[in-house]
Amino acid sequence: MGVENLLLGFQVALQPYNLGLAVIGVTLGTIIGVLPGLGGANGVAILLPLTFSMSPTSAIILLTSLYWGALFGGAITSILFNIPGEPWSVATTFDGYPLARQGRGGQALTAAFSSSFVGALFAVILITLFAPLLAEVALKFGPPEFFAIQLLTFSSFIGLGGGSPLKSLVSILLGFIMAAVGLDIVTGQLRMTFGIVDLMKGFDFIVAVIGLFGIGEILLSMEEGLAFKGASARINPRVVWETWRELPRYWRTFVRSCFIGFWMGFKPGGATPASFMSYAFAKRFSKHPERFGKGEIEGVVAPETAAHAAGGASLLPMITLGIPGSPTAAVMLGGLIIWGLQPGPMLFKEKPEFVWGLIASMYTGNVIGVAMVLAFVPLFAAILRVPFAILTPLIVAVCAVGAYSVNSRMIDVWYMLIFGVIGYVFKKLDYPLAPLVLALVLGDLAENALRQSLIMSQGSLLILFERPISGAITLVALFFFALPIITPWWRRLRGASVPTASPRET
Amino acid sequence: MRAADLTTALVLIAGGALVIWDSLRIGIGWGTDGPKSGFFPFWLAVLMIGACLGIIGRALTDKSGKPFVTREQLRPVLDVLWPAAACVLLMHWLGLYLASALYMGFYMRRFGHYPWLAAMSVSVIFAVSVFLIFEIWFLVPMPKGPLEAWLGY
Repeated sequence: MGVENLLLGFQVALQPYNLGLAVIGVTLGTIIGVLPGLGGANGVAILLPLTFSMSPTSAIILLTSLYWGALFGGAITSILFNIPGEPWSVATTFDGYPLARQGRGGQALTAAFSSSFVGALFAVILITLFAPLLAEVALKFGPPEFFAIQLLTFSSFIGLGGGSPLKSLVSILLGFIMAAVGLDIVTGQLRMTFGIVDLMKGFDFIVAVIGLFGIGEILLSMEEGLAFKGASARINPRVVWETWRELPRYWRTFVRSCFIGFWMGFKPGGATPASFMSYAFAKRFSKHPERFGKGEIEGVVAPETAAHAAGGASLLPMITLGIPGSPTAAVMLGGLIIWGLQPGPMLFKEKPEFVWGLIASMYTGNVIGVAMVLAFVPLFAAILRVPFAILTPLIVAVCAVGAYSVNSRMIDVWYMLIFGVIGYVFKKLDYPLAPLVLALVLGDLAENALRQSLIMSQGSLLILFERPISGAITLVALFFFALPIITPWWRRLRGASVPTASPRET
Repeated sequence: MRAADLTTALVLIAGGALVIWDSLRIGIGWGTDGPKSGFFPFWLAVLMIGACLGIIGRALTDKSGKPFVTREQLRPVLDVLWPAAACVLLMHWLGLYLASALYMGFYMRRFGHYPWLAAMSVSVIFAVSVFLIFEIWFLVPMPKGPLEAWLGY
């Protein structure tokens, strides 16, 4: 069933207009990925209003291409400037920056882009194979199953996200509470508006993303003192060719990292632990573990492959279940709703040209992406040499434009500033922001799923356990929720000497 | 760090209390058509307050004494924030284009010490390109003020 559908998708994705959009998307995405304070989630959020007049398929192609571009851009700053643009590129700096300092930045970048490409391609192939099957299964899901999946989504932030589990929990709950502000669509009642008219429409998560990630990030980098001391990158066909000849040697690392990335990335918040885990495994299985951290190509290959496999995998639950695996996927999901599409398994039946166009565009977007970044690295790197006194107000102003254009409301621009301060404080205090955004996006869906489940069971929460699929998912979710309590206890039982397998995000 | 941790948790607890109060007002029980509107937010807030109490408990035992932010760190942060807030305030009267151009020009002059000409040209180029992309190309209107009215938009 897959092949002809994919061909249909390629017919959509290869239309000159859509290819052009993919090129624009990748270019903008790479610029956004390079700029401090503007990551994939933000870039997609700011561009979203511009897509309202496009067809949904073209719009999603533009936005996914932007996403790939942002992932590639993150690698440029990690390697040349030692600034991880996104949390999952932290592991790339370990060996990427030393390589760049030794004048081997060209090799490091080529290796990073090629690994990203391999990782993403692997994820897209798996999506092509499994998305229709998963959608088929998901069609049978009722409200209890959907609520159970939501539980699983958020439990994995607590159980696997690293950091403080209590703070992750608070972030999630705060997101859900903010999602509930305004009109309750089921009963028509106003909630938590306290008589303030502006609160009636609630908080827009796109504005929250722009504030939390955009403004918050800019404030953080201002505090740390924006000083970009970049290594220069000379990249030419000869360097690329030589690196490519060297890369097949690391096929084991590629395969391992692909699987780690896809497996972790399928669950939310997975890209960062996936990149660290993949790096740790590459080091452990290497013949020269002592070279890691001093400029080993394999140390760039492992995290980049895993991060991109995870980045691709995070789109799988979004298109099949309507549940995003990352903040960027969450913003795209919001886009789907705005374009008048109902995210979830029905999309495969109702809008095959949209779904398959999207999947096919993941192939084209990646090919375009890797070609563009290899060709234009020096240009993209030059962006960071623009002085901060120009970059900072530019980014703030672009964020303001984006926040306003979502609903054409001035109050959103104020919300953006407030969310910026919240983002800054939360980031400093280790409250994770991604689960907050996800909860804000999924709030209404989760609440409705829970309400409908309770109506089905006349008020008993046990319905979540009584149905086989939702029961199994709920049990896994409960296990993840309990993981922070179990782990120390288990470690004490085994005698405290065993270190954890993977370094976690701090 | 500890003080900031405690303050944040207390603010969140206060927010949670407000949510509980409002949820109790609209009902947290079982209505004619399933759970009432206050049901979901009520339990969310209860859990959040519980988690915040846990965070406070942790923070009280934390003796690292690292400051949340030093004065030198806070300065550049405020330098971004207060002109940005002023810019958003100005938008209500001047429209987005003029206000953001003023903000960019001000920031470049004040913190980048650029010559007038450079600051002005960068901010004008920014405003004009946003105008062309959003207003003309994608037909997304931005707030406009007297300047745009005078120019006929």
